[in-house]
Amino acid sequence: MSPFDLLLQQFVNGLSLGAMYALLALGFTIVYGIMELINFSHFNVFMIGSFVAMGVLSLFGLSGQTVLLHGFPLVGVLVVALVVTMVACGMLGVGIERLALRPLRGVQGPMAMITTIGVSYVLSNAVMLTMGANTKNFPNPIPSVALHIGTAQITVFQFIIWALSAVLMGGLYLFVQRSKLGKAMRATAQDPDAALMMGVDVNRVIMTAFFLGSALAGAAGFIFGLYYNFTNFGIGFTAGLRAFTAAVLGGIGNIPGAMIGGLLIGLIEAMAGQYIGAKWADVIIFSLLVLVLVCRPAGLLGRLAPTKS
Amino acid sequence: MAGGLPPMLEFRNVNTYYGDLHVLKDVNYNLGAGEIICLLGGNACGKSTTMKTIMGIVRPTSGEVVFEGERIDRLPTAERVKRGIAPVLEARRLFPRMTVFENLEMGAFTRKRGADFDQDLERVYTLFPRVKERREQQAGTLSGGEQQMVAIGRALMARPKLICMDEPSMGLSPLFVEQTFDIIQQINRQGVTIFMVEQNAAMALSIAHRAYVLQTGRVVLSGPAAEMRENEHVRDAYLGEMQVVAA
Repeated sequence: MSPFDLLLQQFVNGLSLGAMYALLALGFTIVYGIMELINFSHFNVFMIGSFVAMGVLSLFGLSGQTVLLHGFPLVGVLVVALVVTMVACGMLGVGIERLALRPLRGVQGPMAMITTIGVSYVLSNAVMLTMGANTKNFPNPIPSVALHIGTAQITVFQFIIWALSAVLMGGLYLFVQRSKLGKAMRATAQDPDAALMMGVDVNRVIMTAFFLGSALAGAAGFIFGLYYNFTNFGIGFTAGLRAFTAAVLGGIGNIPGAMIGGLLIGLIEAMAGQYIGAKWADVIIFSLLVLVLVCRPAGLLGRLAPTKS
Repeated sequence: MAGGLPPMLEFRNVNTYYGDLHVLKDVNYNLGAGEIICLLGGNACGKSTTMKTIMGIVRPTSGEVVFEGERIDRLPTAERVKRGIAPVLEARRLFPRMTVFENLEMGAFTRKRGADFDQDLERVYTLFPRVKERREQQAGTLSGGEQQMVAIGRALMARPKLICMDEPSMGLSPLFVEQTFDIIQQINRQGVTIFMVEQNAAMALSIAHRAYVLQTGRVVLSGPAAEMRENEHVRDAYLGEMQVVAA
């Protein structure tokens, strides 16, 4: 492989990983934007997403490396698996909010955040106890057709990731910008008391934020499984921490910021893996985080707002 | 009391607490439909709590809040907005990173979007041509006076029967204060009842029909605005700067 092809290849890989991190980062940022809460249970909603997707695929007989289906049936199964995963994760997110966080509404301090850490442990342990602690093979049903540019290649799967991420992020952006509920979300994020006095049902806005963020985490979990061809109860931690970094890097609470932060983290991971050594990826990612926070405490696209009273 | 007008909003022996702090003490108000009522008082006397109690941000511990003959003190805020109560918040509190138009849309949040939305929008634009010019601009980039126009416009978009204004003159230049009070009178003439908390007592009493004076959570004085202007207590306590303004 020529140096240029190698760079191109890692760029392609980085964009694919980055799209996954961006989807996951959006969940952190949407919830933070509205509640100023860092939701650590998001890590394991993502992990559960990969398990749900694996379960749905296996219902259709897809497991391991076998390519059983082609064409429209395969697309159909993938779409069904995606929709089921996203809805299931969205409802899980809403359930977490309803059961664990709503009772803490109005409590000052870090209680809600600590609670999300607790929920995160409950989720990962529940999966470990019911599914087993061993690593599972995630099915790989997508044919390995690829577009070749020199010796670099872009697989069909990578195109699918990009298209899917673009559709989901575009849909989220349109929802938040144009729909009535989306506007209520933005209004609540900017001034919760004023939004309440316009007649916005703040609980409904919070539920929507959890549903959307968790559904996107489910999609990211599905992508993770297809990308790495494995899953286990512990995948949420590394990927979740990187995605959280992406959200902070872009400016937490800022939706385009999370997208850009995610892509950046994906590219760093791919490039570091190629040129420096995969084990350095996290070192570079978190060093960059420290650097950005020192130079631009609000993140790349964030703005420093006066603390809400 | 309300000069024969049908009552729009009543407080009946309302008591409100923040924890142990007794903020409103056996408060009674009676606002007639179509009136401009102003609420005077020093700092921390319960003026803002009155507004919050009307909007449902604070629940009274005892007593009743009655709007058009029905109790509303247990209703959620959204329901109160639907019934026709809209706020103009202290310091305006626009959504800074939404456009002026989106801020107006938020004012109509509890209503179905129909033809009357455009009518109301037109009404706001007619009242404030400046707001129309700025409709695509982010609200946070407007001047204080322009923000006040949007804040009042936003309240009108709810098609309210009653507008509760918390310190409408705060932070505005004298010219804008005068304009704001003109607008408040215009809106009132269109049939909207106005309940206004205001530090600028001279200005408020010049357009109000009646006034209440709160002192440490109790109504100590109430009556027609003209009488209040002559009242010695009110003159001493709240109209001190009137001479300065006149001079």
